[in-house]
Amino acid sequence: MLVLEQALNGLQLGVMLFLMSAGLTLVFGIMRVINLAHGSFYMIGAYVAATVAMRSGSFLLGLLAALPAAGIAGMVVELLVLRRLYRRDHLDQVLATFGLIFFFNELTRMIWGRQPLFMDVPSWLAGSVELLPGIHYPLYRLAILLAGMVVALFLYLLFSRTRLGMQIRAGATSREIVGALGVNIRLLYTLVFGLGTMLAGLAGVMAGPILAVEPGMGESILILTFVVIVIGGIGSVRGALVGAILVGLVDTLARAFLPGLLRLALDTAAADRAGAAIASMSVYIFMALFLAFRPAGLFPVSES
Amino acid sequence: MNRYLAAVLCCLLLPLSMAVAGEPVKIGMITTLSTKAGYLGEEIRDGFRLAVDLGQGRLGGIPVELLVADDGRSPEKGRQIAERFIRRDHVRILTGTVFSNVALAVVPKVVRQGVFFISPNAGPSRLAGEGCSANFFNVSWQTDTLSEVIGQYATDQGFDNVYIIAPNYVAGRDNVAGFRRYYRGGIAGEVYTALGQADYAAEIAALRKAAPDAVYFFLPGGMGINFLKQYAQAGLQGVIPLMGPAATDGRLLGAVGEAAVGVVNSAQWSSEFDNPANRRFVAAFRKMYGRTPTLFASQGYDAALLIGSALRAVGGDMNRSDAFRAALEKADFPSVRGRFRFGRNHFPIQDYYVRQVVKSGDGGIVNRLLGRVFTDHPDAYADRCPLQ
Amino acid sequence: MAAETTRSGLVFCGGCFLLLLVLPPLLDLAGQQYLLSLACRALIYGLAASSLNLILGYGGMVSLGHAAFVGIGAYTVGILARSGPGSGLVAWPLAVVLAMLFALLTGAVSLRTRGMHFIMITLAFAQMVYFFFTSLETCGGTDGIPLSGRNLLPGLDLNDDRVFYYLCLGLLTLLLFLLHRLIHARFGRVLVGSRENEQRLQVLGLATFGHRLLAYCLAGGIAGLAGALLANLGEYVSPSMLHWTRSGEIMVMVLLGGTGTLAGPVLGAFVLLFLEDYLAMYTEHWMAILGPVLILVVLFARGGLYPLLAGHGRQR
Repeated sequence: MLVLEQALNGLQLGVMLFLMSAGLTLVFGIMRVINLAHGSFYMIGAYVAATVAMRSGSFLLGLLAALPAAGIAGMVVELLVLRRLYRRDHLDQVLATFGLIFFFNELTRMIWGRQPLFMDVPSWLAGSVELLPGIHYPLYRLAILLAGMVVALFLYLLFSRTRLGMQIRAGATSREIVGALGVNIRLLYTLVFGLGTMLAGLAGVMAGPILAVEPGMGESILILTFVVIVIGGIGSVRGALVGAILVGLVDTLARAFLPGLLRLALDTAAADRAGAAIASMSVYIFMALFLAFRPAGLFPVSES
Repeated sequence: MNRYLAAVLCCLLLPLSMAVAGEPVKIGMITTLSTKAGYLGEEIRDGFRLAVDLGQGRLGGIPVELLVADDGRSPEKGRQIAERFIRRDHVRILTGTVFSNVALAVVPKVVRQGVFFISPNAGPSRLAGEGCSANFFNVSWQTDTLSEVIGQYATDQGFDNVYIIAPNYVAGRDNVAGFRRYYRGGIAGEVYTALGQADYAAEIAALRKAAPDAVYFFLPGGMGINFLKQYAQAGLQGVIPLMGPAATDGRLLGAVGEAAVGVVNSAQWSSEFDNPANRRFVAAFRKMYGRTPTLFASQGYDAALLIGSALRAVGGDMNRSDAFRAALEKADFPSVRGRFRFGRNHFPIQDYYVRQVVKSGDGGIVNRLLGRVFTDHPDAYADRCPLQ
Repeated sequence: MAAETTRSGLVFCGGCFLLLLVLPPLLDLAGQQYLLSLACRALIYGLAASSLNLILGYGGMVSLGHAAFVGIGAYTVGILARSGPGSGLVAWPLAVVLAMLFALLTGAVSLRTRGMHFIMITLAFAQMVYFFFTSLETCGGTDGIPLSGRNLLPGLDLNDDRVFYYLCLGLLTLLLFLLHRLIHARFGRVLVGSRENEQRLQVLGLATFGHRLLAYCLAGGIAGLAGALLANLGEYVSPSMLHWTRSGEIMVMVLLGGTGTLAGPVLGAFVLLFLEDYLAMYTEHWMAILGPVLILVVLFARGGLYPLLAGHGRQR
């Protein structure tokens, strides 16, 4: 029973990671740009949603305000900074987006102060439901699961069924050809970047009621996001989905069961400590092992 | 080449400033204003600054100049700032440190140089026991003590099956040790989480399974916010009582909201204390900053008053180190927490209380005093301090 | 990358070196002695950045986990010093060896990957080291390890800040010289070649993997030495040295100064650290200024500050 509940927890963490990594992997896959500041848009989403929700008392209004805010912030950054870096090497991109992290963290501190913000679960999602006898699960976390699935479906439809999606996919393979076909490639890139940051903003909104809304909150999840897209194969949205769920499960299950397993071999105190230590490293160990055998990730996208 | 030399030289000499005798006494505040924990340093700074402002730029009647710098929670940067304050600004009094790791990096070196360090928050065991120092004073508490209070409270309540959750790092384990020093009942489970962990679903599920009488949690800052929100969402709020050291201060409450109601926490101070010093402090703080002061602000304020009392005793002459130290040891100032004195390791001997988070009449979430747990309580490491 | 062999490059490097040589008495004259330790820190970070530059600038291996090597070096010194300040002749070489060993183990895995995968896998290894040291109680956990004094070296009193400064300057100069020789030797040409076109070299029968791994280990070792020096400078070892943002900062130093130039990383270290210090003195929101400054450097000072100051375009 506990295993099932913990697996659900892992899935839910995985979904959050998917929302983050889908945007990041898109941006990398199509523009070949590495964006360390992706977590900043997650933070912007959470802050805007928390502020609007607090003022208006409505979670939905907060959500509706946060999505465009994160999307527009992303497009502005793309126009001002990243657009100029597409043809540069990853190094320049790392440096510039590292600078963006500094800037955004300090900006939130200047606008909203140093204190973490308050954001509550909407009343219609509060409480928990009994999934199976004995398994209570918070309704809000189920809602996160659902939101993740909706986004996955949306992305699938976008890429396979719409003209825009096809242009994006084509743009990823050959910039010149798409450009020659009369598609405004610059606009396309700005839109894709905005879509990516909007997804990050959505993750931020979903995280707001569960996690602390504080400056620098983006970095905690950013590194896990990187792990996800590397495991999934950089540039592959499908890979991001599978990778996110794998990472979510590994992280949650290691935290839940490692100390118990180690207790079989060690005394309790030592097992607790070693278990906690290894659990915090588990995701990285998993990734290193994974890459040792599949250096290009689950669904490699050819880097041409 | 000359061009470069000139340019580099200019950069180096830009912030040239000479200390001139007869100026106000400079006090260097090394505190954490950035990072996620920045609001803690802000509270301490605001509390301290309030005391200076109320004295119209004077502490104990002596004009002072407060220099503030952000350590970014990094020991390295703390050292760098201390160096700057001491060498460039000729500061003889340092204060402000929020975190143990910064204090541990800064304190031993600066006290060797004859500088006084008055910590408004950080109180690591290493500076309370064998590593205590004649020039180091702490006006808050030794790290374990607030957990000892909770341990005693749990024993008093007759809890017999407590679940423990804390991050897997030094302060986390110190606090658990402090809790166990005074808790006499059984342990339902003990879990150590990663530092800075965001999601506690796995731990909460295991906790529910263990069905304890109560939960002891030590999760400072954002970790506490995350945990409390998720605990309430899991439907455990009010079902299994939560208790922990001063994790739920006023500004954290603002971020957690109703999910914090019911949490029992320990402190040596409460904004409700009805003594003249505290009434004045709370009213002035609210007027100046528009919010109710937290525990950390009260500690910053007390640190300033303590320094003021010693400055008055030496007439602002920081060359009289021994007299200054003796005056600090006397702790002759009206602390907002009421009775206050120093033990021989220069850590407080004071009363400790438990508070509970409740919903106030106007819908706000506040801490309400439950009662006193310890009277004249020293810390656990004082005996190991070689100072006389 | 031949920038420093040209005349103006030599003049610039020589000028900087002379300035660093006379810096301590100069600071005394100006009454700014506190800047000496900052300068010393910049020298040490310059060393770490130079080691990163070896693999990043010349070998094209973008590692975002360099703080791990620095941290391993620092912790080696810290753990050995728990029973009192030991000899630097034991602790420092050990720090280098352990950092190299870690580089060998992780490099064997990481170097199988390329591009962004390499960035991320080095980051992952560094995170492992970070969590390893923060959760080990014997290493002081998050509190770190305070040292009771600096290491002992025969004939040198390291607790004298000036002696320590000149030691750091000497080590940095020596290692920069060795790196210079290395890069202009056959090893360096293979390394640079492997960045430009690995397949061609492999066709020529050159074991590029071995060369790259060796460079990775060397860089790790030098960074380990930097860590040992850093622990001595601050007389403190803390996990914040291992944090991933520290890796990012070291990378920023390399880029700021100029990748693939010998003196660039040191210049970058000085500029970044002094900029941080000055900005923080004037505003508590210094990061809101530093961030855009970094972005402007990327956008408008391509190739970093060194080519700009020494009067060169980047020669790749």
